[in-house]
Amino acid sequence: MSEKVLMKGNEAIAEAAIRAGCRHFFGYPITPQTEVAAYMARRMPKVDGLYLQAESEIAAINMVLGASAAGVRAMTSSSSPGIALKSEGLSYLAGCDLPALVVNVQRGGPGLGGIQPSQSDYFQATRGAGHGDFHLLVLAPNSIQEMVDLTYLAFELADRYRVTAMLLADGILGQMMEPVSLPDPAAADLPPKDWAVTGTGGKRLHNIVNSLYLKPEDLEATNLARYEKYAVIQRREARHEAFLLDDADIVVAAYGASARIAKNAILAARAEGIRAGLLRPVTLWPFPKAAFAQAAKTARAFVTVEMSMGQMIEDVELSVRCAKPVTLCSRVGGMVPAPEQILESIRQAAGGAK
Amino acid sequence: MQTVFEKTPGLTDAVLHYCPGCTHGIIHRLVAEVYTELGVSDRTIGVAPVGCAVMAYDYFNCDVVQAAHGRAPAVATGIKRARPDTVVFTYQGDGDLAAIGTAETIHAAARGENITVIFVNNAIYGMTGGQMAPTTMPGQITQTSPYGRDPAVAGYPLRMCELLATVDGAAYLERVSADSVKNIRAAKQAIRRAFECQLAGRGFALVEVLSTCPTNWGLEPVKALDWLRENMIPYYPLGVYKDSARDGKEAAQ
Amino acid sequence: MNAKILIAGFGGQGILFAGKFLVYAGMIGGAEVSWLPSYGPEMRGGTANCSVIFSDSPIGSPIVDTPDILVAMNLPSLDKFEPTVRPGGQLFIDSALITRPANRSDIETHYIPATRLAEELGLQGLANMIMIGRVLEKTGLCPPDIVTAAMKKVVPERKKALLDKNLEAIETGRKA
Repeated sequence: MSEKVLMKGNEAIAEAAIRAGCRHFFGYPITPQTEVAAYMARRMPKVDGLYLQAESEIAAINMVLGASAAGVRAMTSSSSPGIALKSEGLSYLAGCDLPALVVNVQRGGPGLGGIQPSQSDYFQATRGAGHGDFHLLVLAPNSIQEMVDLTYLAFELADRYRVTAMLLADGILGQMMEPVSLPDPAAADLPPKDWAVTGTGGKRLHNIVNSLYLKPEDLEATNLARYEKYAVIQRREARHEAFLLDDADIVVAAYGASARIAKNAILAARAEGIRAGLLRPVTLWPFPKAAFAQAAKTARAFVTVEMSMGQMIEDVELSVRCAKPVTLCSRVGGMVPAPEQILESIRQAAGGAK
Repeated sequence: MQTVFEKTPGLTDAVLHYCPGCTHGIIHRLVAEVYTELGVSDRTIGVAPVGCAVMAYDYFNCDVVQAAHGRAPAVATGIKRARPDTVVFTYQGDGDLAAIGTAETIHAAARGENITVIFVNNAIYGMTGGQMAPTTMPGQITQTSPYGRDPAVAGYPLRMCELLATVDGAAYLERVSADSVKNIRAAKQAIRRAFECQLAGRGFALVEVLSTCPTNWGLEPVKALDWLRENMIPYYPLGVYKDSARDGKEAAQ
Repeated sequence: MNAKILIAGFGGQGILFAGKFLVYAGMIGGAEVSWLPSYGPEMRGGTANCSVIFSDSPIGSPIVDTPDILVAMNLPSLDKFEPTVRPGGQLFIDSALITRPANRSDIETHYIPATRLAEELGLQGLANMIMIGRVLEKTGLCPPDIVTAAMKKVVPERKKALLDKNLEAIETGRKA
C-alpha cells in the first residue's frame, strides 16, 4: 500500500491513467472535468507522453481512435454535452473493436444544462452512446480511490476484450478531494495487439482497422461475434458493492456520488430500526443483474437514488423482474439528494411494504 | 520479353470498384507508387475516408484505418502521434475534407501535423449519387442543385489550397490535375514532394488533385476531362501554393 | 474527531485553500477526511465555499449541509449559511467585513476582525488563515504539532517566507 495523498477526483483519474501506461491524451476543456486535461497537460510532457488539445470533442475522440488503432493506450475526457459530440467516435471505436478510455464527469442537462453534478447520462452511457448495436464497458466509481482503481481496471478490460471503456463520474467526484493511494497497477496478462496498424514491416499482410461491411451477412456476423464477446463480459465482469445488505428489507440502489449519500441515509434508517442496505453497481454495463435478483429474494422493496429523472431504475426493475416494488428518489439539474430525502424514501418504502 | 509497365506492389490485387473513367484509380496508383518508390511502404499507414474511396483499405497494400466522415486528419493525428516513425497519409474527397471535415483539416494544418493529405476534388458527392459539394462550381447541376448551384442560395465553392496557404502550420500545398498524361506526371511529382515533406519532418502537406466524376456529372469520360479543363482549372488554378522548403530558401535570400 | 465544516466567502479570499489546509491537517491527524469545493463561474468574483469533513468512520456524503462549524467571510455567506448551522454548532465571523451580529442564539458565535488584523500585521491575503487559527483554538480540531506538517503540504517548503506567514496567521488567529 503506497502512501496516501489528497487528490481531486479529476486529477486522480489523470494520474492513474499515466500509471496505467497511457501516454496519449486528447482533450477539450469543459467544466467540471477540465482538471483532467490540465493535469495531463502538466504531467504528460514529463513522462514522454502527449497531451494534445483537439479542436473539438469530435476531433478528440477520433484522435483517440487513431492512436488506439496504432496500438497504444489512449484516452479522452469530457462532460455530458461533450460526450454527446463523441457519440460518432464511440460507435466507430465499437465497430472497429478498439480499446480506449473515455471519461464522463457528468453535469446537468439536457442542452447546455448546467455545470453542477448529475447522473442523467446513464442512458447515454449504457444504452445510447452512439448509433448501432454496441456497448461501452461502463465503470462507476464512488470515491477518489475508485477513480484510480477503476481507471486501472478500465484500461485492462478495454485491452482484454477490445472494447471502449467509460468511467462515468460526476461533478462531485471530479471536484472533491479525499485521501487516495496510487500503487502501480498490477501486471496483467493481456492479448497482443497484433491487429494494430504499425506498418507491416514487410513481415505480414496489411492490417485494416475498419467498421464498414457492405454485405449485410458480413455485418451481421461481426455484430454476432461482438455480442458473443459481450456475453462473456456480462458473465465475468459485473461488479457491485454490498453494504449492510444481508438482512436488508429495503435495498437502496445507487451508484457514484449518490451511493455515498445513500450510505448516510441507510445508517440513519438503521438507527430508526429499519433494516436498510445498499446495493451499489460498480459496473453499470454489465449491470450486476444477478446481485439484484438475489437481493429481490429477501428484500421487501427497492429504492433507487439517482441524480436523474429515473434512468438506472429501469435496470433495477428489469433485474428484479418487477417481483418487488421499486421506487425512485431523485434530484436533477445539478441538485443533489440530501440524506434526509433518501431517508424519507426509505421510510416510505418500509411503511408501504408493511 | 521486356517489362515496360507493372502494377505497383503498393496496391493489392483487389479489383477497384470505381466507375469507368473515374480518376480515383489513377490517383490510388500514384500514391502507392510514391510510397513504394520511397521505400517506406512497410511503415506507411493510410487513412481511408467516407465517400467513393471508402474502400481504399482494400486497395492500398499498407496498414489502413477507415475513418468517420471528415475525421481522417484527426485519426491520422492519433496514429502519427502514437507512432512518429510511421508515414501517415489520408486520402479524402471534397465533401469529406472541405465540408464535414473542414475543422479537422484546418486544425491538422494549424498544428503542423506531420502527415500527408491527398485531397481528391471532383466537385461533387460521388458515393451518395451526385449531390452538391463544397467545391461544386457556380451553375453546376447536381442532384441537390438541380437548377445549377446558385451562390445566392448555396454560397461559393471553397478553394482549399488558397485557404490553407494562410495557415502557418501548413508546409506543402499544391494543386494538380488528373486530366492528362502531362498533368498526371506532375501530380505524381507533387504527391512525392508531399510524402518527402513528411519524411523530412516539415509538417502538414496536402496535394489537391482535380479529378472527374463522369457518372455523376453525366458526361462520357473524355468529355468529363474536357469539362474539368474548361471549368475547374480556371476556378481552381494549378500550382504550388506553399512550400516551406522553397519559401524558406527564398526568405533566406 | 467528527466535524462537518463549511468555509464560505468571496472568490479570492482563499476559501478553498483554507479548506485544503484543514483537510491535510485532518488526514495527518488520522481522521477520515473529504474536501468538496463549490465550482464554476460563481467562483470568479462571486461566492466560494468548501465543505470539509473529519470523521472517525468512512465518509458517505462529502456535502456539508448542516455544518458543525461555519466560517463566514462575507455577508452573503453569513446570510445564506447561518440558518444551516447545527444547533450547538460554532460560527466564526470575519467581523472586519461583516458588520451585523449573528441572528442565532442556539449556536456559539466568535467574531474575529481577521481582514483588519491581516492588514495591520502585514499578513495581506491571509485573513483566511487567521480565521482558521481561531477555529483550531476554539474547536481543538487538530493538535498544534500537526499544523506545520499540514501547512507544508499546501505551501511548498521552497516558498519558506509564505509558509512562515501562513503559520504566523494561524498563530495570530489562535490568540485573537
